[in-house]
Formats: sequence, structure tokens, C-alpha cells
Amino acid sequence: MKILVINTCKEPLHYYEFVKPIEDILEKNNIRFLTKHYSEISEKDLKKSTKIIICGTSLKDNQFIRDINYFNWIKNYDKPIFGICAGMQIISLIFGSKLKFKKEIGFYTENFKKRFLGLERKQEVYHLHNNYTALPRGFIQFNDGKIPQAIKYKEKEIYGVLFHPEVRNKKLILNFVIN
Amino acid sequence: MKIGVLFSGGKDSTYAAYLAKISGNEIACLISIFSKNKDSFMFHTPSIEMTKKQAEIMNLPLIIQKTEGEKEIELKDLEKAIETAIKKYKVEGIVTGALQSVYQSSRIQKICEKIGLKCFNPLWQKDEIEYLNELIDEKFKIIITAVAAYPLDERWLGKEINKRFVDDVIKLKEKYKIHPAGEGGEFETFVLDCPLFSRALKIKDKRIFGGKNSWEMKIEIE
Repeated sequence: MKILVINTCKEPLHYYEFVKPIEDILEKNNIRFLTKHYSEISEKDLKKSTKIIICGTSLKDNQFIRDINYFNWIKNYDKPIFGICAGMQIISLIFGSKLKFKKEIGFYTENFKKRFLGLERKQEVYHLHNNYTALPRGFIQFNDGKIPQAIKYKEKEIYGVLFHPEVRNKKLILNFVIN
Repeated sequence: MKIGVLFSGGKDSTYAAYLAKISGNEIACLISIFSKNKDSFMFHTPSIEMTKKQAEIMNLPLIIQKTEGEKEIELKDLEKAIETAIKKYKVEGIVTGALQSVYQSSRIQKICEKIGLKCFNPLWQKDEIEYLNELIDEKFKIIITAVAAYPLDERWLGKEINKRFVDDVIKLKEKYKIHPAGEGGEFETFVLDCPLFSRALKIKDKRIFGGKNSWEMKIEIE
């Protein structure tokens, strides 16, 4: 198994905050991975990976939105993908959704009406975002409320979470990777 | 990018500054909050005045902001200090040494958002043992300046973070759930030397206060 970890950060210093914690979770569990910035991913990287994690980035960083065309491969990719915050926004935008404004910073309680990669019922999650995306067509929303916090594409194993499981609910990442 | 570092003189803010520098950023200034409140969750640290000496040997300007340390008012004081950093040193981002405290980091994130600055937390969620070993490998000389948790006592004051210290805190974690990097306020640190300093600092004088499992060592350095 080899996980492709996609860095979405514009600033190199944000790697430590948004990518390294995910690498640490994989490393601690002896899971092989390769990390690349989205602008450097090759077809070979996509072919060789068994699953993909698209990491989040900072509140002020919206470069990935301007660079959304780098992610066109998502639509035709058949292996599992897990998008975190910016990663979820990228997935949603690629599937035709629109960006909406909502600032949430810190711990919040979300209610998962359906089991999502092991998460169910009321859970504390960590938010750090200025934007969210409306539920794209063909996706299921797993949480209560207007803002999609956890989604999955009906036809493929493409998941997205608006919160940061590398801060709270680390198991979610392992559940995606291992199961 | 020009950045300002929220700087307490301890291991976390100093190592965060170091990571910012080696990632290609320019440290334009350090920002220290001198809090009168011993119980502040945000800023209290014993030898905060000594940050002046650390800034001097890093050849960096230091913005000092005094605060009574009352909850939320201290955040207004922090905001003032950050605004000074923007005006005087044209900083575009703030670096913090937040490791796991969502209480601290989310408050600073909100201030940066309000002012329009980027916020960097390069130690965020870092594995504590890997972190301590990195500090040793990168030649940071760090001492303990305060303890506040059983079974830590005055004998820990002045101890250096070295391989033996790491072995000791691993045992304390297993037995007493002490956070090995002191994230729960179990201990405070002071950096005497690191790659950012032009020379090592020496302790000239020290005064020890406390009792039971809450001790502080105020230091004078040269």
C-alpha cells in the first residue's frame, strides 16, 4: 500500500501544520506514503498510489482555488480519495459545487446522522476554515445541518471532511487508509 | 515573507522561529507579552524579561507589550502588539509555538484573521518525543525554569533537555501522564543557546520560589 499525500499549501512553512501531522499518523502506523505538492503530481504518482489524501491549508491561503485545474484528474480517478478541509473543497469544486463563506475556528460539535469512516452521533471536531462548499451532485452528506461537514461520492470511494481529523479524530484518517 | 514571532524565550517559540527561518522567511521582529497574571493560559512564563537578552543576541527587534493578563483583555493587548509589528516592521505573518492547545491557537488564528495576517503554527500536533529529540539534534540548549505538576519538584529546576531528560519524561508520561513537552503547563523552559543565537547565554544569578510541586526559577543572564 502506498498513500499519496497531497500538499495544498502555498507557503512552505505551512507544511509543518497541515501536512506533517498527517505524515506522522501514517508513519506511526507503518504506512508507506509519498508527499507531493499538487503542482508537482505526475501521472506516474497517481498510478502508483493505492489511496490519496488531499490535505488542508491555512485560512488565508486560497491559491488552490485559483489552481483548481491541477485537480482535474480527480473526476476520472478510480482509487479512494480523502479530502481534508481545502481537500474537501477541491473535490466539491471539481464535481461542480460552489464555494460559500463561513468562518469557523476551534472546537465544534457535529452530529453524524450516518456512520462516516467510524464517526457517528455527536462528535467534537476541530474547524479552521473561511469557506465551505455546497453538497455536490451525486454526493451524500453524513452530518446534520446546512453545512456539509462529511461527504462521500455515491459512485466511488471519494470522501471529504471540512474539519481537521489530524487534530481531533485522528482515527478517521486510519479508517480511510486501512479499511 | 516578513514574519513576527510570538516569543516567550522558551523552547516552543524559539524552535518555531527557527523553523520559520530555515523555511526561507525573514524574522522581522519578536513579540513578547509580559503578563502580570501568574495563571494566564496564554502568556505566563517566569523569566519573560530575559527575552530582551535573547533578542539582542539574535540581532532582532523585540516588541514588548505589557498586560494585566485578564482573560480576553490580554488578547486585546496581543492585538495591539501585532499591530505595532505591522506598522513598524511590515510583518505579513505571525508565527506561534502552539503545539496542541486549541485554546491558544484558535485565539491567535482569530486575531490574525481580524487583522489580515497569515498565521503559522509549525509545531502544531508534533509528536512530543520526536520534538524533544529534534531540539537536542539541532543543538538547542534548554533548561527547565518552572514546574507545576506532581511529581516534579525543585530538583527539576535548571535541568537541561538532553537524552537523559527525554528518558525521564517518557517514564513520567507512562506513570503520571505528564506531557513530555510540558504542553499541559507541567513545566516551563528557557533557551540558553540555539542556531539563531550569535553566542550562548550564561546564567548569572537565579532565585527559586515555590513549594510542593509548584516551583519557579527566576534567572538573570549574561
